[in-house]
Amino acid sequence: MTAPKLVQGYEVVIGFETHAQLSTQSKIFSRASVAFGAEPNTQACAVDMALPGTLPVMNLGAVERAIEFGLGVNAHIAERSIFARKNYFYPDLPKGYQISQFEIPVVQGGEVSFFLEVGKETVHKTVRLERAHLEEDAGKSLHEDFIGQSGIDLNRAGTPLLEIVTQPDMRSSEEAVAYAKELHKIVTWIGICDGNMQEGSFRCDANVSVRKPGAPLGTRREIKNLNSFKFMQQAIDYEVRWQIDQIEDGHAIEQATVLFDPDTGETRAMRTKEDAADYRYFPDPDLPPLVIGRDWVERVKSDMAELPRVMAERFVKDYALPEYDATLLTQSKAAAAYFEATAKACGQPKLASNWIMGEVSRRLNSGEVTFDNIPVSATQLGALISRIQDNTINNNSAKQVFEVLWTDGTSAEGAADAARVDAIIEAKGLKQMNDTGELEKIIDEVLAANPKNVEEFKAGNAKALNGLVGPIMKASKGKANPAQVNALLMKKLG
Amino acid sequence: MTTLHNMSVAELAHALQTKQVSAVEVATAFLARAGGNPHNTFLDIDSEVTLAQAQASDVRIAAGTAGALEGVPIAHKDVFVTRDFATTAGSKILSGYRSPFDATVVHKLGGAGMVTLGKLNCDEFAMGSANENSAYGAVTNPWNTTRIPGGSSGGSAAAVAARLTPAATGTDTGGSIRQPASFCGITGIKPTYGRASRYGMIAYASSLDQAGPMARSAEDCALLLSAMCGPDVDRDATSLDVPAENFSAKLGDSLAGLRIGIPKEFFGDGLATDVRTAIDAALKTLEAQGAKLVPITLPRTELAIPVYYIIAPAEASSNLSRFDGVKFGHRAKDYTDLVSMYKKTRAEGFGEEVKRRIMTGAYVLSHGYYDAYYLQAQKIRRMIADDFQRAFAECDVIAGPVAPTVAWKLGNNASDPLADYLADIFTLPASLAGLPGMSMPVGFGENHLPVGMQLIGNYLQEARLLNVAHQYQLNTDFHNAKPEGV
Repeated sequence: MTAPKLVQGYEVVIGFETHAQLSTQSKIFSRASVAFGAEPNTQACAVDMALPGTLPVMNLGAVERAIEFGLGVNAHIAERSIFARKNYFYPDLPKGYQISQFEIPVVQGGEVSFFLEVGKETVHKTVRLERAHLEEDAGKSLHEDFIGQSGIDLNRAGTPLLEIVTQPDMRSSEEAVAYAKELHKIVTWIGICDGNMQEGSFRCDANVSVRKPGAPLGTRREIKNLNSFKFMQQAIDYEVRWQIDQIEDGHAIEQATVLFDPDTGETRAMRTKEDAADYRYFPDPDLPPLVIGRDWVERVKSDMAELPRVMAERFVKDYALPEYDATLLTQSKAAAAYFEATAKACGQPKLASNWIMGEVSRRLNSGEVTFDNIPVSATQLGALISRIQDNTINNNSAKQVFEVLWTDGTSAEGAADAARVDAIIEAKGLKQMNDTGELEKIIDEVLAANPKNVEEFKAGNAKALNGLVGPIMKASKGKANPAQVNALLMKKLG
Repeated sequence: MTTLHNMSVAELAHALQTKQVSAVEVATAFLARAGGNPHNTFLDIDSEVTLAQAQASDVRIAAGTAGALEGVPIAHKDVFVTRDFATTAGSKILSGYRSPFDATVVHKLGGAGMVTLGKLNCDEFAMGSANENSAYGAVTNPWNTTRIPGGSSGGSAAAVAARLTPAATGTDTGGSIRQPASFCGITGIKPTYGRASRYGMIAYASSLDQAGPMARSAEDCALLLSAMCGPDVDRDATSLDVPAENFSAKLGDSLAGLRIGIPKEFFGDGLATDVRTAIDAALKTLEAQGAKLVPITLPRTELAIPVYYIIAPAEASSNLSRFDGVKFGHRAKDYTDLVSMYKKTRAEGFGEEVKRRIMTGAYVLSHGYYDAYYLQAQKIRRMIADDFQRAFAECDVIAGPVAPTVAWKLGNNASDPLADYLADIFTLPASLAGLPGMSMPVGFGENHLPVGMQLIGNYLQEARLLNVAHQYQLNTDFHNAKPEGV
């Protein structure tokens, strides 16, 4: 762990609350559909509208997803958790209370780990989770379409949410964003949330405070509804500067809920602690305690896809990859599958990893392409790596082949892939010069043409060798085997 | 054949099945009796709907597809939502409200073939012990119209006593079936919490509310309860996953050797002499039938009052939040903004007792008071339930009075809500424990007003309670007594 980065001498402390919409077909306490975008109030049944006499009944699919999440973050799944009512009046809250979990949540503890770049260093960071609990979403108030009135759309009312709460473990906006991305990856990987931030399926609230190092926690302000990673960072950075300015100007920070305005890039207070409502939480008498037996947890576990964390551990163990590689390769299921297929095709996991984290991700980052429609198939890349490994081509030539495969790629699978790689090598004349005689001839010519470098090298300047290797590679049209060039040079100059 | 309105549920069901009378004839006779709304019992009647249901019953009887209670009329307490009648829960805030669905209990009784006569008056949102808290006026006791019928199912009890319907549904949160049954001289049973679905029952206090039948005899209650109960786990998460039972098939057991627990706390100084005399006599009758009286103790009986009046208002304060003028029911006419709309709507829509309980409930749940009130009450509630389990180690059923007095005068407690609360002392413990309890008429007290005996059983022992009452009713005639002029 590196020492926390300070901003104007202040340490930044951030905790997150994330609402992940669970990917069930129906609502958490009713059978109405949760599909997005329907006409207002067409997906609200009697229960969602809180008609007199209606009662909530637990959607076990939502519970199952909470269990999957708990397993995904190494948390404790409570054998008995309690639904509570959070009482407040608002037109889009039909019952006058929200059913949530208060004192005993279904998921307790857990952690989210990830790598992030700090300067030139790669830092491993773990954020501890406090809890994750099940709750229902409210409806929507529509203020725009009605002059002097508000419309209420209850389609969203009763949509299942998992609220994921961290400890105040993050120390910079970069860490916060990296955490949010990692959490997003986990929920989409295990398939409990579609992760669509525009549609509000994954909404983050950031609790931000600052303090002098070693001081007790400062007063926090909560930035609500951060629905893009970009705004997240902007909002936190602005908030941190604002809080430091306040303190430097001699003002105390007042606990508040704030909203980020992407147009101005500023946060502004919605309500302060003085307006804080007394929600009069109490256990919901309509819902018995949620009891989750060990057998249920085991069943969910056995049906679950391999978790990114577990898969990364396996990559370290089975492919002898560094932890960093393993973590990056398990950023998505598609990336992991692509890696495994490539490694299998060439039998060189570390080389496969290097290529995927290097050339492949460079190309992916610069285009519209994803692992799902990647033009270079895993078997092609595997074949290419094999050709490096068997000294048919060198690394530089391989990049040229990759370029052709990518831009001119018909990503056909199968035996033809290896043949296509070989055809490109042949067509571009990239075959490595493995004939020592021919190479020695080139080396001799280069040495004769660069007596100054030779002198300097012999005088002990190791760097002078580079001035020789470059022209040799160029003279060989890039086909010389760099290792062989080195060996011959040492022999001739040694 | 006796006059239709004097026939029991069992007799009517038999007469209908054997085609001695048609469902339409029966419905017509009862609709005629309800004309002029005696005792202010009905809140909604629609003879067209009733007669259409009766015609459908006649078709099924003719086709040989009749249900167990085909064509027998029933009326529902107005806290059960109904598609075919308005549902107000006795409140102005739901004036004219029409539910898009039927409560499960209403649906099940309809499925057994019963014909709905209409909706019955009750205390607003079932909050009350005298039926004086209805926004639609008090109900009078058919035995003496200067007296209250009891509450909150006062309209149900009065309608059965006045022979306006052979049967009614009621709901019991802290005694709302048993106490009015006692005051009106009829039989009523509150089953084990979770036996009858709460779906479609407008919630007062969710952890206590339970539906049950009110009729003249245990035999009738057994028929009705058999049709009402059964699991409804897809709609009510507190519904017990216990199969429906045929309670009528279990009414033949002798009382020989039956151990009846007599809790000494039910027979203290607060019990009026006339009630005590009637109860003592009934206990002697049961003894004569072979039962053994066993002294028991329910030491936290008095605590049931504060515990109930914390838990029930707490739940009510939250349950009634949905009546906010936004989606259904009453909305104030003149308001300036959202908060003023809420305040005016609820101030106009709710009656005094409902407001009192909402405020009490909000108070006991608020920050800083929750532990001292709500949490403490929950702890004592569990202890009360434990007391019953100790008692049932020594006895099979528990017997005692339903209420400390007979029905009091209308307006008597109008300025003293606490007096009403204290009168619930004997019915609250079984409610808090979720146990089945019933009331059966066992005589008369002052001014020839009915006295009811309460029978409390262990969980799911409804059949045993009904059998005890039925055996008693085979030997006595109090359940057949009629108010003057009926």
